[in-house]
Amino acid sequence: MTPYLLSGVRLHFDKVRNTNVLLAPERALMLDGVSYEILRRVDGTKSVVEIVGDLARAFDAPAEVIRGDVDAFLNDLKTQLLVGDRDA
Amino acid sequence: MPEPNPPIALLAELTHRCPLMCPYCSNPLELVQKQQELTTDTWTRVFREAADIGVLQLHLSGGEPASRRDIVELTAAAHAAGLYTNLITSGIGLTQARLADLVNAGLDHVQLSLQGARPEMADRIGGYKGGYDRKMRVAELVTDAGLPLTLNAVMHRQNLADLGQTLDLALSMGARRIEVACVQFHGWATRNRASLLPTESQVEQLKKDIAIARDTYRNRMAIDFVPPDYYSDFPKACMGGWGSTGLVVSPAGQVMPCHAADSIPGLAFESVADRHLGEIWRSSHAFNAYRGTDWLPQPCQSCERRDVDFGGCRCQAAALAADPGATDPVCRKSPYRPKVDAMIEDMTNGARASDLTYRKFG
Ligand code: SF4
Ligand code: SF4
Repeated sequence: MTPYLLSGVRLHFDKVRNTNVLLAPERALMLDGVSYEILRRVDGTKSVVEIVGDLARAFDAPAEVIRGDVDAFLNDLKTQLLVGDRDA
Repeated sequence: MPEPNPPIALLAELTHRCPLMCPYCSNPLELVQKQQELTTDTWTRVFREAADIGVLQLHLSGGEPASRRDIVELTAAAHAAGLYTNLITSGIGLTQARLADLVNAGLDHVQLSLQGARPEMADRIGGYKGGYDRKMRVAELVTDAGLPLTLNAVMHRQNLADLGQTLDLALSMGARRIEVACVQFHGWATRNRASLLPTESQVEQLKKDIAIARDTYRNRMAIDFVPPDYYSDFPKACMGGWGSTGLVVSPAGQVMPCHAADSIPGLAFESVADRHLGEIWRSSHAFNAYRGTDWLPQPCQSCERRDVDFGGCRCQAAALAADPGATDPVCRKSPYRPKVDAMIEDMTNGARASDLTYRKFG
């Protein structure tokens, strides 16, 4: 899977709440640190494997553990029609 | 009063002008005239103030927002302020060139209203001949421009049988989301209750159909459902709680906690012309009147749902119990509930159904 943000879905830094948010039609999802680090790497060119490898290096954590979190998070966003898959 | 959280959404009712005349329109019976509308400069300032106090989502609405000649300028101003900008439109007045200008100005999303799934129905309900065809064309322009499209379909007694057709149409129009919104009785809609209020059996069927449809359309189109007024056992949390997540600015600049708040007697609204939006949000009488839960009467005060629905809708309490501070009369625990049941019976037995009263300037 090579995830991308669907049109009209974008990251935004909320300076009032001092947090990152994902803005989308009728939605504003407040992002925690992990979610933001994942979404920041979702650009429609990197595959999930590359995103996971990148996160594993950056946070010095085992890729298998990260892989589970990334899959669960991105699948959830897919069913919410916020994220698509270039390979699909 | 503790400091309220920052608001997330602003509904900007740019104008009450609209080429359509939907009988379920939630605009107030007393419509704001063009001469009283806020100027481009004032709206621009309001958008900046909104972003400064934490608003993330801006809904450009009306009336028909495209009736404003400065709609492109206003969209650009909203975008420059950093707001996620949604255009809530009937589509009338959006040409290919105008839509391209809106996209360039930074428009993020379009929500298109659907008056019916068939041309005869749509044009009869909207009171605008040819409206359906124009709308289909606009949907095409929106998706061609790469913007996400949401359809908003108001469902009522006269079109609930078309639900399946409505969903199929939405998907074929390229919609990513559809809001199936049962008619809400505010403004002009209250004049048409006897003709539009769904029957109990329609509501039962609708709930089943929605559950099945969500499955059928999974991963292709999201379905948001606004359940009908009057039929549930417990009320909805209006606006996610009074003065807790959003605000509404009327065409003339009045700042309100919900789009129907001007139907509530006794509230004093302030104008964006006089004070900063943030001060109004924090301290105006209208926002603090029903904010939080301290003001709630019994049975809400000792109810386990107190922090779930905050006692329900103030407009509904004002309309059905003649007391805006009462427990929402729709609630099974409200002493007014039997009156609501009697009203449903009276409004749906057909005896009082009549010609539709269309929304228009008086
Ligand atoms: S509900 Fe109909 S009449 Fe009212 S603003 Fe929307 S399109 Fe216009
Ligand atoms: S009693 Fe009040 S708080 Fe409890 S469900 Fe009814 S309206 Fe909501």
